[in-house]
Amino acid sequence: MSEPTIASQVEVRHVEAIVGESPSAEAPQQKPDKADKPRSLWSDAWYDLRRRPLFIVASALIALVLLMVLVPQLFTSADPYYADLARSKQLPSANAWFGYDVQGHDMFSRTIYASRASVIVGLLATLFTVLVGGAAGMISGFYGGLLDAVMSRIADVFFGLPFILGGIIILTTFRSDSPTLAEAMLVLVGTIAMLSWPVAMRITRSAAITVKQQDYVKAARALGASDGRIIVRHMLPNCLAPMMVYATIALGAFIGAEATLSYLGIGLPPGTISWGVMINDAKDYIRVAPHMLIFPAAFLTTTVLAFVMLGDVVRQALDPKLR
Amino acid sequence: MTTTNEGQGPLLEVRDLHVEFHTRDGIARVLNGVSFSVDVGETLAVLGESGSGKSVTAQTIMGILDMPPGKITKGEIFFRGKDMLKMSEEERRGIRASGIAMIFQDALSALNPVFTVGFQIAEQLRLRRGMNKKDALKRAVELLDLVKIPNAAGRVKQYPHEFSGGMRQRAMIAMSLALDPEVLIADEPTTALDVTVQAQIMDLLAELRRERNMGMILITHDLGVVADVADRIAVMYAGRIVEHADVFSLYRQPCHPYTAALLESMPRLDLKGQELATIKGLPPNLLRPPSGCPFHPRCRMAVDQCVAEVPQLITLGMDRLSRCFRAEEMITNG
Repeated sequence: MSEPTIASQVEVRHVEAIVGESPSAEAPQQKPDKADKPRSLWSDAWYDLRRRPLFIVASALIALVLLMVLVPQLFTSADPYYADLARSKQLPSANAWFGYDVQGHDMFSRTIYASRASVIVGLLATLFTVLVGGAAGMISGFYGGLLDAVMSRIADVFFGLPFILGGIIILTTFRSDSPTLAEAMLVLVGTIAMLSWPVAMRITRSAAITVKQQDYVKAARALGASDGRIIVRHMLPNCLAPMMVYATIALGAFIGAEATLSYLGIGLPPGTISWGVMINDAKDYIRVAPHMLIFPAAFLTTTVLAFVMLGDVVRQALDPKLR
Repeated sequence: MTTTNEGQGPLLEVRDLHVEFHTRDGIARVLNGVSFSVDVGETLAVLGESGSGKSVTAQTIMGILDMPPGKITKGEIFFRGKDMLKMSEEERRGIRASGIAMIFQDALSALNPVFTVGFQIAEQLRLRRGMNKKDALKRAVELLDLVKIPNAAGRVKQYPHEFSGGMRQRAMIAMSLALDPEVLIADEPTTALDVTVQAQIMDLLAELRRERNMGMILITHDLGVVADVADRIAVMYAGRIVEHADVFSLYRQPCHPYTAALLESMPRLDLKGQELATIKGLPPNLLRPPSGCPFHPRCRMAVDQCVAEVPQLITLGMDRLSRCFRAEEMITNG
C-alpha cells in the first residue's frame, strides 16, 4: 500500500532535482568552490604552516640556499677556482667579504659555490634513503608475517652499524684512490643511504601497520581492490606524512654527514668545493686563519638547522594532536 | 535479477561455517557451525552481543578476515550456487562489490581520508566498469543523490571529514551500491550514529533494498533496529546460531532463553520506574568455552542436561530453529 506513494515521491523529487540541476546547479557549484574549498589534510597543513613564523624563517633560509645552488653567480662574480697565492689566508676585507684561503681562493665565492655539492649529496642521499627504506617498510608492514620478520632483521643489521664507523669502513673499502667527482658522489650517496634506510623503513613500516588496520583498507578490499591498488591508493598517501617529516630532517642531517665524511677525507675528493672539504682545508689553520673555518661552518650549520626546523614545523602541522 | 541463479538454491548460503583464531593463549573457536541463507529481496538480521561472531561471519563472507590469526576450518559459502571458499582470489575479487558489498560500522574510518568522496566512488566505476572520469563522477553524483545527500553535485568534491556522521554513512552506502551488488551486508550500520539518524539510515536501507530487490544481511546488536526492517532473524551466541525465526514469531514467542532474555532487557516505555532487566554474567571466553550449551552459566532455565551436552538445532515448524533442550517447553508454556 505504502510502496507506490513512496516511489512516486522519490520520482517527483528526482524530477525536480533533474529539472533544477541543469541551469542553476552549475552556477552555485562553481561559486562556493572558491570561497569554501574542500579541505584535505595537506591544504589544512598548508593553511596552518603559512602562519607559523618558524616555517617562514626556515623556508626563507632554504629558498636562499636553493638559490645559491641554482644560480651562484647571483651572489658573487668571483671565480671560486681562481687562486692567487699572494693573498693566501688574508682576513676578510671589503674586497673579499670572507677573506681568502690557503691557496688564495676567494672564500665568499667558494662558500656560495660549495652549497651545490653539499645540497646535491643531501638531496640524492635523502631520495635513495626514502625510496629504499620506504619501499621496504611499506612491503614488510603491509604483508607482515615471515617476510616482515626477515626484512626487519636485515634492517636491524644495518641499523646496528654506528654511522661514522660504518661510513669509514664502507668508504675506505669501496672508494677508489682518485675518484672523479661523480664517482665519489655516487659512492658517498650510496654509503649514506645504506646506513640510513633502516630508519626510513622503521618509520614507514610502523605507519603502514597502523594504516593497514584502518577500516578503509578493509573496505577497499571488500570492494574488490587488488593489493597493488591498496598500497598505491590507500597505504601510500596515508603513510606520506611521517615520511615527509623524516625526509626533511634527514636532508639536513645528510648535508651534515657529507661534511663530516668529507672532513675525514673520505667523502668528496679534495679538488671539489663543498662545505665539508672547506672545513677539512681549514683544520690546520684554525688559529692563524679562523675565517677559513667559521664561514663554511656557519653556512653548513644554518642550512642543517633550516631543514631540521622545517621538518619540525611540518610534523607539527601534519599531526592534528599537536595543533 | 534472478535469471542466472545457477544452483537453483538461495542467492547466498552459508553452510556449517567454522572459524578459529589462533592466539598466543590458545585457539579461540569463534564460529562453530554457522548456517543461514539469504534470498533475493530478503533481509536477514544477525543479532548478537559483542564477541558472538557476527562481524567475523560478515568478514568471512567478504573474504576480508585477517588470516592469520583467523582460519576457516570448515564450511562452505555459496554465492549463486558456487562455493566462494574454493574460488581463486581473482574470482572472489570479481564478486566483491558487484555481487556482495559491505557497509562498515564506522563510516569515517571506512572512507579514505585523503581522497574526496566523489573520487572514491568514481574510482570503482572507472576500474570495474571502464567508465571515463567524467561519466564516473556523474554517476557518483547520481549515487549520492540516490542515498539522499542534499547538494550531491557539490558534495562529491568534499573530503570524508567534511561530512556529518549520518552523511558519511550515506556516502558509504552509495559507495557500496556503485556496482549494483545483489547482496548487501551491513555490519552494524547505525551503531556509531545517534537515534534519529539511525532511523533515517535504516529507512534508507530498507527502501534501497526494496527498490533494487537486493538480499540484505543486517548485523546488529540492537533489537529495536531490527524489528521494522528484517524478514528473518538469526540470533547468535558464542559463534553459533541459537535461534532462527521470522520477525513476528521471534518477538511474539522467543524459543531460546537467550532471545527471551534479550527481549526482556530492552527498555520499555510502559514499565517506567522499574529496574531494567539484564542478562547476568559475561559472554563466554571462547578460549575456554563452558561445557555443554555455552549459555548455561547465564541461563535461568538451565538443567543438568545443558551442562553435559551441546544442544543441536531443532526444528520447531515453519523455518523456526532453536538450539535449546527446552525450546518446545517454552512454546507450550507461552
